[in-house]
Amino acid sequence: MAGGEQHENALGGEIQPVVHMWGIVKRFPGVLANDHVDFDLRRGEIHALLGENGAGKSTLMNILAGLYRQDAGTIMVNGKLVHFNSPRDAIQAGIGMVHQHFMLVPSQTVAENILLGLNEPRFLLRLPEFERKISALGDRFGLKVDPKAKIWQISVGEQQRVEILKMLYRGAQVLIMDEPTAVLAPQEIEYLFVTLKAMTTEGKSIIFISHKLNEVMAIADRITVLRKGKVTAAGIPAQGTSRQELARLMVGREVLFQIERKPRPAGEVVLSIEDLHADNDKGLPALQGVSLHVREGEIVGLAGVAGNGQRELAQVIACLRKSARGIVRFRDEVISNCNTDRAINLGLAYVPEDRTHVGTSPNLSITDNVIMKRYRKPPIARGWMLDFIEATRFANRLKENYDIVVPSVETPARLLSGGNLQRVILAREISGQPAIMVAVQPTRGLDVGAIEGVHRLLLEQRQAGAAILLISEELEELLSLSDRIYVIFEGRIMGEVKNDMDEKQEIELLGLMMTGTPLEQIRTGGASHE
Amino acid sequence: MSEAEHDGKVSHSFSLPFSIRLEPRLEEPPRWFPAVVSLSAIIVALTLGGVIIAMVGGNPFRSYAHIAQASFGSLGVFSDTIVKATPLILVGLACSLAFRMRLWNIGAEGQLYLGAFGASVVVLAPLLPADSPSWLFIPAMLIMGVLAGALWGFIPGFLKARYNVNEIITTLMMNYIAVAWNNYFIFAVWTEGGFQMSPVFPRAAWLPRLTDLAGQYPFLGGLTTHMGLLFGLIAAVVVWFILYRSQWGYEIRLIGDNPTAARYAGINIARNTILVMMLSGALAGLAGMSEISGVVHRLQERISPGYGFTGIIIAWLAKLNPFAVILVSILFGALLLAGREIQPSGIPKMIQGIILVCLIGSDFLLRYRIRIVGRKETA
Repeated sequence: MAGGEQHENALGGEIQPVVHMWGIVKRFPGVLANDHVDFDLRRGEIHALLGENGAGKSTLMNILAGLYRQDAGTIMVNGKLVHFNSPRDAIQAGIGMVHQHFMLVPSQTVAENILLGLNEPRFLLRLPEFERKISALGDRFGLKVDPKAKIWQISVGEQQRVEILKMLYRGAQVLIMDEPTAVLAPQEIEYLFVTLKAMTTEGKSIIFISHKLNEVMAIADRITVLRKGKVTAAGIPAQGTSRQELARLMVGREVLFQIERKPRPAGEVVLSIEDLHADNDKGLPALQGVSLHVREGEIVGLAGVAGNGQRELAQVIACLRKSARGIVRFRDEVISNCNTDRAINLGLAYVPEDRTHVGTSPNLSITDNVIMKRYRKPPIARGWMLDFIEATRFANRLKENYDIVVPSVETPARLLSGGNLQRVILAREISGQPAIMVAVQPTRGLDVGAIEGVHRLLLEQRQAGAAILLISEELEELLSLSDRIYVIFEGRIMGEVKNDMDEKQEIELLGLMMTGTPLEQIRTGGASHE
Repeated sequence: MSEAEHDGKVSHSFSLPFSIRLEPRLEEPPRWFPAVVSLSAIIVALTLGGVIIAMVGGNPFRSYAHIAQASFGSLGVFSDTIVKATPLILVGLACSLAFRMRLWNIGAEGQLYLGAFGASVVVLAPLLPADSPSWLFIPAMLIMGVLAGALWGFIPGFLKARYNVNEIITTLMMNYIAVAWNNYFIFAVWTEGGFQMSPVFPRAAWLPRLTDLAGQYPFLGGLTTHMGLLFGLIAAVVVWFILYRSQWGYEIRLIGDNPTAARYAGINIARNTILVMMLSGALAGLAGMSEISGVVHRLQERISPGYGFTGIIIAWLAKLNPFAVILVSILFGALLLAGREIQPSGIPKMIQGIILVCLIGSDFLLRYRIRIVGRKETA
């Protein structure tokens, strides 16, 4: 096995690593997910595991958490050889993983969720006693949650705290956090970082999986970078490195962070929304009087924490959801509550948030997926038939122009990676030369290289004169692409800022609005703040 | 919290020298693979069936030989196999089409009965005088059969599209209504001298059979294969063409695979639900028409020994592929025919069941692969 021993002694030999993995090999059919990976974690440190999607981060950590078994390689925990056959074995050894998607029962309380699956309490629940225990544990680590609250009542940030508490309650010494910031608002992220730091002073060790360079630089003590299943940087100290260098280690080439946004005068208003009200799937009000407009040749950002009505707004614009009140106008035509195909015919492109369940059809071929919005029109339509040859030709053209990496356009969509799938969707939406484009989280889950490509495509559309509404939870993305930014909170627009002020101030302003303070209130009440 | 016990000591109390693991297939298996798997499944099924035959004291080889003999052994019996396969092809296509859109039409049986009724109306109501020529009778019966089946499909389709009523329940229940409906006419209206059957249709209302051509080609004498087979073959081509080469078929496939994406693409799901249920019902209705006009030549009880339900299995085994439906139908036709040769019930039904279980089980291998891994410690 590759010699992993060297790294250990390079930085303070007296610390015995809590976790030591070396020579880890994991093969999936057709993919070498981990190729002799070495990794070590010291007591009381935050160790970031950085890499693009598909680099093998999650695979490596799933092995450590007992979800997968390695094909080769050794794991030692506290100096002892371990073999995990299940997550239960891993947690017994003190290793707990907080997954990106929480595994909580919404209708049960925090305490019930934490106790779920444990041997204690055995028969009688004796909840008050355990609630006290959980509260005490939370206080110790600064993880404040009400043990009596039901999961569906608490915020995403709090749910994450419950997940962490669940692991701590089970005696986890090592916490694996899988992309923990993906669902949080800037302030919540800060809070999380404080808690993580507090936990390390209590002797816990944390593995922080991420592909966001800023965060990694902010929180990690050491960083291990993976690329295509191989380690490209093993436990380098965070101080001694830079964003640029990390990006290069991740992607294998130089990455441009700031894509140039050429100044372009915005044209006439293309999309205007007035006092829009709509319900969510549960019949509760999701939009409560949204008004905004987007001009030709302009990217308008919509910032907000997930679940504040962004999804519903995009669906109403795309005519996929009925509005209860208010108007959506496309130039002079009212399109609210019309049929979806009318919106498509008027030149509305919609990049949905959910690539696999909304944007594509997993078992159909790439060809079938890219003709989704144009199979009714010639040349692909021929009478009531489909011109299969024309459709294939069209699909091949998109494959060339948008660098979709597939062996053939007959490949079913489900076999594509996230980045490729997004390229398929963008290719389909952009190739129609849309007048309006609504893009929801277009770069979620994509790697650095792919994000750059998506951003470039969006800017090209802006240059070509499309009116783009970019709905994103990534502030960084909004700041680098948008001309203006609106903030949505609980179905209301909190305010609008021009994206040309001092970045630090702007982030603070946006952050306040994202947590529910309207802009006017900040301007009047918090004038001293500025 | 006691931290002393978490010292990472994990041992397995019981272990084999190797472990069997299932891994999801991430790549498409090669094209030949599904065929090989299905074939192997049938071989496994026949072996299992053979073991059971041997256990009850039979000779499996002779039994199988007999089955083969009785269904494929000569032109005559093969023709009988085809006669059995004809309605199966049509109902198999009916189910395949609906299932492709994930509409679970369990009502092909009822739609078949109603198709038979619709065709009978032409002769027995009568819509056409008994001395009408064949070229008038057969198209009229065909249209009426198809329409009646489509109507029987429209009702659950409409209920599903409009009120989101579960089509499994409605189609299933409507089977009973259809049978009872037919019975009423057989017992009360069109009964022949009190027997539970209508009078025999006039010759001109019979679908032409191969034996009708025996005058010119003597070797066709006695062959009962009728024109319904042609309907089935044409229907298979049409269904394939609709599904894979038409805009409508594209919509059906898209809705079936991902209704959310279909909505996103601006497709009217409600309208397609109704249309697909109607076409599905129409195909099953055609099966009913072909059965009474081609085989029974009158409306009577039990015109179908559960063809409509077998159609579900056939569609499934054919993986909803219209051309595979033809092959699977012939296999099932053979089992239906030969089954009666060796035993009225029991063994043949059992073999059918085993084949089914093996084929459906083998599907698993298309999605997962089994790896046997040595449990040696890696160092």
